[in-house]
Amino acid sequence: MKTLSIFRRKTLIVKFIQDRNLAYQFTMSLNSYKLLQNKKKNILEKWMNNQLSDEGLREDLISNEELRYQSEELIDALVSNLSGESFSDLMSEEWNSVIEILSGISITRARQGFSPRETGNFVFTLKEALLNVLQEEIGEDSKLLFEESMKITRLMDNLSVITFETFIKGREEVILRQTDEITEISTPVIRVWDGILALPIIGTLDSARTQVVMENLLQEIVDTGSSIAILDISGVPAVDSLVAQHLIKTVSATRLMGAECIISGIRPEIAQTVVHLGIDLSNIITKASLASALAYAFKTMRLEVRKINSVQK
Amino acid sequence: MDRIPILRMGSFLLVTIQVDLYDRLALTLEADLVQMVNKTNAKGVLIDISAVSIVDSFMGRIIGNIASMSKILDAETVVVGMQPAVAITLIELGLPLKGVHTALDVEKGMNLLKSMIDEVVEEDLDEDDSVSE
Repeated sequence: MKTLSIFRRKTLIVKFIQDRNLAYQFTMSLNSYKLLQNKKKNILEKWMNNQLSDEGLREDLISNEELRYQSEELIDALVSNLSGESFSDLMSEEWNSVIEILSGISITRARQGFSPRETGNFVFTLKEALLNVLQEEIGEDSKLLFEESMKITRLMDNLSVITFETFIKGREEVILRQTDEITEISTPVIRVWDGILALPIIGTLDSARTQVVMENLLQEIVDTGSSIAILDISGVPAVDSLVAQHLIKTVSATRLMGAECIISGIRPEIAQTVVHLGIDLSNIITKASLASALAYAFKTMRLEVRKINSVQK
Repeated sequence: MDRIPILRMGSFLLVTIQVDLYDRLALTLEADLVQMVNKTNAKGVLIDISAVSIVDSFMGRIIGNIASMSKILDAETVVVGMQPAVAITLIELGLPLKGVHTALDVEKGMNLLKSMIDEVVEEDLDEDDSVSE
């Protein structure tokens, strides 16, 4: 009964609670949800202390004000959107805004480069603060303390799982974006001469990459009105039948556009593999080096490169 | 019924497709073009498909057919101005249009046709020479 009397005193201070709600509260035993509502300030202070004293605090990545703002936002959402009934049911709609805020925080942290431990600590320290406040409130009644702690633990564990899930999702997004960027960077179309394009391919050619290479090359052919494209594969580590198929596709597409495509940079090992695999490259112009491909291109365009004779006096 | 105009330019025929081809239009074009080649005794056919943004396997085959038919009637076919997306689609459909000459734009296509015709004329001249000798 002692705990209830403390509870009553606390709740009476809160002016806005209606009479009906008050009556309801007295009939119920102490409830984690109400605790959260009443002791919001206290919890926030304890939580901030926990976070600031933590060794893993990253002052270089996030300022204290920012951290406090994020913490306050989360607690506000927790308090204002929850009703007693939905407390243990994370699927209910009241939780959406809390989960949204938490997801937002952990995705930003993933992008900022926080470690999983540091991100997890954000929720773990809140749990600690909640349990601390709970202990202060309930005091000696160990049975009640245990029951309420279990509730809080279950809730906070669920929230930390969500934090980790979104953290990982955020990291995956970063990785995906970087992959896209690398694909984009690794397929530059170079204009080596007026009407001659070169496309050095570095790294393995898979279907997705071939698509990008093909699109870039064809678009560039249209943009520059080039009639010869040189596909340099000296940076391709291995050519199997699939890669060869992709190369043939690119060459055929270039031909359809009305340009000629030369494959250069074929290393001896690649020549061996191609023949062993029985891939027919006979109707594609192949050259050993980019230099000889360029020479061939000059020849077809009726251009000539000559050494200038020593300056005549 | 819609028809695609076939213009005569010297010994060449010029076809510019400005609308998206549907099946019947393509078939009509095929028939008209063959008739026209026969009638005008054209040496070359230039098809500009720069405005065509959608193709399917049927359209690919029609273009191939036109080229083969013209070839039989002793005229070369050059397809010009194919869009990148169209080229990729045709390749993915497995229609590399073998036997069809291609060029980037009408000007280059015309030059290509001229050079091909010149070659043929030169060959004919060579043959004439050999006969006279």
